[in-house]
Amino acid sequence: MSTRLQTGGRLIDRNQRLSFTFNGTPMTGFAGDTLAAALLGNDQMLMGRSFKYHRPRGVVAAGPEEPNALVGLGQGPRFEPNQRATTTELFDGLSAISQNHWPSLNFDIGAVNNHLSKFFPAGFYYKTFMYPRAAWKHLFEPIVRHSAGLGKVTQPGDPDRYEHFYAFYDVVVIGGGVAGLQAALAAGHAGAKVLVMEQSAHWGGRAPVDGVEIDGKPAEDWVSATLQALEDMENVTLRSRLMGAGVYDHGYLLAYERVSDHRPGTAGPRHRLWRIRAGRIITATGAIERPLSFAGNDLPGVMLASAVRDYVVNWAISPGDRTVIVTNNDDAYRTALALQMAGLIVAAVIDARPTATGALPQAVRDAGIRVETGRGIAKVKGRARVEGVALCAQAGEGAVLEEIPCDVVAMSGGWSPVVHLWSHCGGKLTWDAAQAHFRPDPDRAPADQDGAPFVIAAGAANGHLQAADTLRDAAAAGQNAAVALGRDPADGTAARANAVAEEPLLPVWIMPQGAGPDLRSKMWLDYQNDVKVSDVQLAAREGYESVEHTKRYTTLGMATDQGKLSNINGLAVLSDALGSDIPQVGTTTFRPPYTPISMAAIAGEARGDTFLPLRRTPMQDWHDANGADFEPVGHWQRPYTFRRGGEDRAAAVKREITNTRTNVGLLDASTLGKLVVKGPDAGKFLDMMYTNMMSTLKPGRCRYGLMCDENGFLIDDGVVARLDDDTFLCHTTTGGADRIHAHMEDWLQCEWWDWQVYVANLTEQYAQIAVVGPKARALLENLGGMDVSAEALPFMGWADGTLAGHPVRIYRISFSGELSYEIAVPAGQGRALWDTLLAVGTQFGIMPYGTEALHVMRAEKGFIMIGDETDGTIIPQDLGLDWAISKKKDDYLGKRGQARSHMTDPDRWKLVGLETLDGGVLPDGAYAVAPGSNANGQRKTQGRVTSTYYSPTLGRGIAMGLVHKGPDRMGEELEFARTDGTMMRARIVDPVFYDKDGEKQNV
Amino acid sequence: MKRYSAFAIAREAARNHIGWGRAWAKRPPKKRYDVIIVGAGGHGLATAYYLGRNFGITNVAILEKGWLGGGNTGRNTTIIRSNYLQDPSAAIYEKARSLYETMSQDLNYNVMFSPRGLMMLAQTEHEVRGYERTAHANALQGVETEFISARRVKELCPIINIDGPRYPVLGALWQARGGTARHDAVAWGYARACSDMGMDILQQCEVTGVRQADGKVTGVDTTLGEIGCDKLGIVVAGHSGVLAGMAGFRLPIESVALQALVSEPIKPCMDVVVMANTVHGYMSQSDKGEMVIGGSADGYNNYTQRGSFHHLEHTVSALIETFPIMSRLKMLRQWGGIVDMTGDRSPILSATPLGNCFINCGWGTGGFKAIPGSGWGFAELMAKGQSPLCDAFGLNRFTEGRFVDESVAAGVAH
Amino acid sequence: MLILTCPYCGVSGEETEFHGGGEAHLKRFGPGASEADFESYLFHRENPKGVHFERWRHVNGCGKWFIAARDTATLQVFGTYPAQTTEPPQEIRDKITAARPGWRWRDFA
Repeated sequence: MSTRLQTGGRLIDRNQRLSFTFNGTPMTGFAGDTLAAALLGNDQMLMGRSFKYHRPRGVVAAGPEEPNALVGLGQGPRFEPNQRATTTELFDGLSAISQNHWPSLNFDIGAVNNHLSKFFPAGFYYKTFMYPRAAWKHLFEPIVRHSAGLGKVTQPGDPDRYEHFYAFYDVVVIGGGVAGLQAALAAGHAGAKVLVMEQSAHWGGRAPVDGVEIDGKPAEDWVSATLQALEDMENVTLRSRLMGAGVYDHGYLLAYERVSDHRPGTAGPRHRLWRIRAGRIITATGAIERPLSFAGNDLPGVMLASAVRDYVVNWAISPGDRTVIVTNNDDAYRTALALQMAGLIVAAVIDARPTATGALPQAVRDAGIRVETGRGIAKVKGRARVEGVALCAQAGEGAVLEEIPCDVVAMSGGWSPVVHLWSHCGGKLTWDAAQAHFRPDPDRAPADQDGAPFVIAAGAANGHLQAADTLRDAAAAGQNAAVALGRDPADGTAARANAVAEEPLLPVWIMPQGAGPDLRSKMWLDYQNDVKVSDVQLAAREGYESVEHTKRYTTLGMATDQGKLSNINGLAVLSDALGSDIPQVGTTTFRPPYTPISMAAIAGEARGDTFLPLRRTPMQDWHDANGADFEPVGHWQRPYTFRRGGEDRAAAVKREITNTRTNVGLLDASTLGKLVVKGPDAGKFLDMMYTNMMSTLKPGRCRYGLMCDENGFLIDDGVVARLDDDTFLCHTTTGGADRIHAHMEDWLQCEWWDWQVYVANLTEQYAQIAVVGPKARALLENLGGMDVSAEALPFMGWADGTLAGHPVRIYRISFSGELSYEIAVPAGQGRALWDTLLAVGTQFGIMPYGTEALHVMRAEKGFIMIGDETDGTIIPQDLGLDWAISKKKDDYLGKRGQARSHMTDPDRWKLVGLETLDGGVLPDGAYAVAPGSNANGQRKTQGRVTSTYYSPTLGRGIAMGLVHKGPDRMGEELEFARTDGTMMRARIVDPVFYDKDGEKQNV
Repeated sequence: MKRYSAFAIAREAARNHIGWGRAWAKRPPKKRYDVIIVGAGGHGLATAYYLGRNFGITNVAILEKGWLGGGNTGRNTTIIRSNYLQDPSAAIYEKARSLYETMSQDLNYNVMFSPRGLMMLAQTEHEVRGYERTAHANALQGVETEFISARRVKELCPIINIDGPRYPVLGALWQARGGTARHDAVAWGYARACSDMGMDILQQCEVTGVRQADGKVTGVDTTLGEIGCDKLGIVVAGHSGVLAGMAGFRLPIESVALQALVSEPIKPCMDVVVMANTVHGYMSQSDKGEMVIGGSADGYNNYTQRGSFHHLEHTVSALIETFPIMSRLKMLRQWGGIVDMTGDRSPILSATPLGNCFINCGWGTGGFKAIPGSGWGFAELMAKGQSPLCDAFGLNRFTEGRFVDESVAAGVAH
Repeated sequence: MLILTCPYCGVSGEETEFHGGGEAHLKRFGPGASEADFESYLFHRENPKGVHFERWRHVNGCGKWFIAARDTATLQVFGTYPAQTTEPPQEIRDKITAARPGWRWRDFA
């Protein structure tokens, strides 16, 4: 059984006892524990179930590489699935549940899969579940989905806060082990602005656990002293609980800070996402120990040798009473010594190498521990927990020589540098045959915007596994990073480490070497996803030879640990099966993040009300307070209608229209784009921008204009007013303001840069209010200040003046067909003028109206709407707007495009009005059918509805549409198909339904 | 070829699965083929498959510079739908969708087509009108879709927040027979079937030149030597420009990065595919339990298969607004693919200035869902010189201004 | 996440400050142009895997359009220069030649 030792534990504080629950069972631990350590301290080795076979799983590692010990953490809206127990700091009141089992962790029905595992080899689902056809969706897929999926579903209403943090550093050091600290020291001494980050709560990494001495002191002392030295440097920042998550182009680094995961509910954000620009990034991310592939290596109790050492030294945990160590290298012997020092029994060290004569094996032998060389494990005995191992010759096929009882197996297959961050942005790897691992190839580092290498690997992450080499390499890395950024070289000498020399490892990918199919089908590579040696061999046999094929076919390395433990072992098995070298097979691609990061941290502050910027007009408060139903238009919220009493939306719209057509209506038109175009060449420029001739417009007058792109398609429309010889004010649609401004700048700066024109976007500088209706003039006259008579301010004219004391510019333009004044006023006075108009307008029956009334009134008048009549494929000629296309101009944007054969095709659909025979409203977007079908069996069509409304003015449905040769077919009837297949008949009519002669607007 | 079935698995289980043979054969190239397809992605393999199945042309080689299915076929978010607006798009995507329905049985390879239903959320009045238009068009195109209410949206996908403060859900365009499939399996299944017909799949075989005489292609130079052919089909997505350059013509194509990400796996919580174009995000849950998420493309030419992080940031924040349970899930992995975008964002399935050379490219962000339809139509085009499914997607449309523009209905893709 | 330097205001900014505008140095063809020229102007793009000249606007900054010489395969930026020119400055061409000997882009080398 696993238990807490009476003494020791460098990271725990025995004076602070913490309570927590696991699957509802109350347990206790100490401050400084990880959840995994605390669970082991309570003899809870079984922590989860695997993905595919639902096999019992215990903790195997002590860090972020842990594939098994995943738990659901917290409750209610704070519940979070798939949290690694090994990186979860224990806190008082923590509540954890195990995952992926039913009904319970100890008894899981899903484990039936385990007994059927012979029938579920890699990729079995590609070969079956095909009949009957509907069964995949209705039977097999639901079974697969419910059996997979790991953690429980989260709940809505996350109460926590998340934030983003922007930072700029010369040098960022990722990893707070001795390499990272040494690199930071060197870079800091050279004067660079440095950030050092450590993913855990503790600095120093493995060195203190491994008994390394630095500069004659225990590593722990050196770490403390160095931390103090770094803290004293103004140019160095230290942050723990901050993980390097992803390296992106041009020195962009994403880091993930778990600010309050260890004290949930306290003030401040839960996670903070650091968005860093770094001149150089030093990856001092250490190395991860590899498991060994022997039968039964997934049983609870089989752990990495380094993890066993960590649990004993850091947290005073005995993972078990009797440990067998199995290794192919010297490092694992440290675990034997650590266990023995803690008073625990090491039954044997089984070393696959023919001999083990280094200092560490010798020390172990001297300590009286049995060492067996040239041996391997044939099989681990036990069902839900290790009970013993069967010893065999590594060189053989697994004939059992002896059974050794034990309850822990500590395994070590050598170490692989953590190369993820090096690789994210294109850093390449080289195979180090001596150490049997991939390490960064310094000649093929990720390159920054200048083509210079910007990631430098240091220490164990660079393949330097011995402490002395680690420190030398790290000091050089820190020094080089600073010098590359133009800093003066400073004291770059490395601290000196004393560690026992180690002898070379022997690559061991399968144990024993000649294991047959029966054993190979019990050797796990990927614990979480249940991928075994036999699965990789099967993939290779079936032709899934690329490492990407094998990964995808077997799911090797696709679990939440992203193959941190399984990748190299899997690759080696694959290359062996293919008979090729490991470097030829290569690795799969490393992708961010290093370990999973919360979605909420990625979103940061952008949620709820701050999800997107909100644009408000000067009158928005009034709209809020007066029953506006809003609709989003870009980042604006425009009133759709203003409901009164118990009105529904349709009734409110109808009232607004009727009132505007009989009395006077008020529209907040502030969102319309207002671009000032100024300069000696402004007229010439606008002649290119618009299809119309704008250079001939007289000052004081307005003209409706159309804008096309170079393809000839209509992209915007609006009224242009000429303010003086050199100055025009161009109105754009609400959505078009920024887009058209950019469009103008584009042409001015990139094509006609010698033309003397400036463009300024004044959209937000002015509030704009449309006063619309037969009583509009009377209302403005009542306000006083300027002459708004037909003579002084005729239709399509504009004038500056003062209205009710406000400086205004009034445009006599109409989008409703009524007498209409659009009044522009400095934004700061918009609300005051709005209020005055409403107050004075009461006697005239004034009512504000929203966008829907605006749309209906323009449709009654046959005016087109960008986005309704146009959709990016419509040219002005389609809409009968030929009158607005100058025939005199040699050129305008879109002119050449409109001359192409498809654009001049007489068969194009053209704008008409549509009048239903029964007075009903045509469905939005309905198509007019034509006889027959096309070559693809689709019903032929001859037109479609572009806008359709109930017109309160006419008391019937009206519509506009595009119809094949429409204008030549006035009076013809068409059939429009509803989605249910029924038809609605409509007659082709003139698109102007209301006041065809324009008498109302021109009074 | 050994037939795949539950019985075959049971038989093999008895002998530790040592009896399974190669899914596709490994053979050296012949000197000459009737047809060479460059590119063993989904589209290239499907083209070869239908050349054999529909036209009896089996003396075919499919050349692949990397590994088959290793491009965008294996990097997309696996969405299958055909609710397109324009007739030519609806035709080819619906053909594809209907072929997906029976693909597992046709290929004897379970591609796990899951017609779980797909909805495109309408979150502005403008989107409502756009999707109503699409629903009307689809009804006449033989594509089964309907515009559904916000309440129905919530019933079909309970984890959606339909009352978002900025973009409440107003309804959705619903395609009940849309869904997802296992992307790798599509490539593998086609490859196995092609190999079974005697076709050669030549991996690690990069084309380095296109041999021509009298305005026609005579063969290709490759890293495995010269290989002759009567007809050449270029189906290489993001690298189309490079191949077209070798053949001596230009394309209206730009290559940009498109990114996607997955969450850690959780138990089933979402049975449909949801696309939210206003906020540029879409999501489904894989059979493994991961939430599979895609967003919008980067705005610059890029061949790195890496994208810029801020695009993901916007996608994720939008999805948290739409699906509040996402907040406490974690991102497991993000990746990028290189998509080939044409001037009108619709594909090119076309003859070329070289009489016996054909090109299939420009699928942009929508390639996976089209694979079988694209292969069906392109095979017909290559075999007969004409195909109704391909007619509208010729290169000449850029001269004439006869575009197939889908941005009308959906600004984003997927 | 690119870093670009605006040649107008001298700011080295995040990609989010800028907006890409596609291939640079296009020659506009208008009325009277042949079908081939016009089609090519609108649609045919170099789309190289390597050295590329492209337009960017410092949209969340000074608002100016400029041109960047960038490698689309490595994302290295060789330099930026104002948009008011029909060809890349010699200094930037030299810089590209130093890094990518033998490069070509349209008629430039």
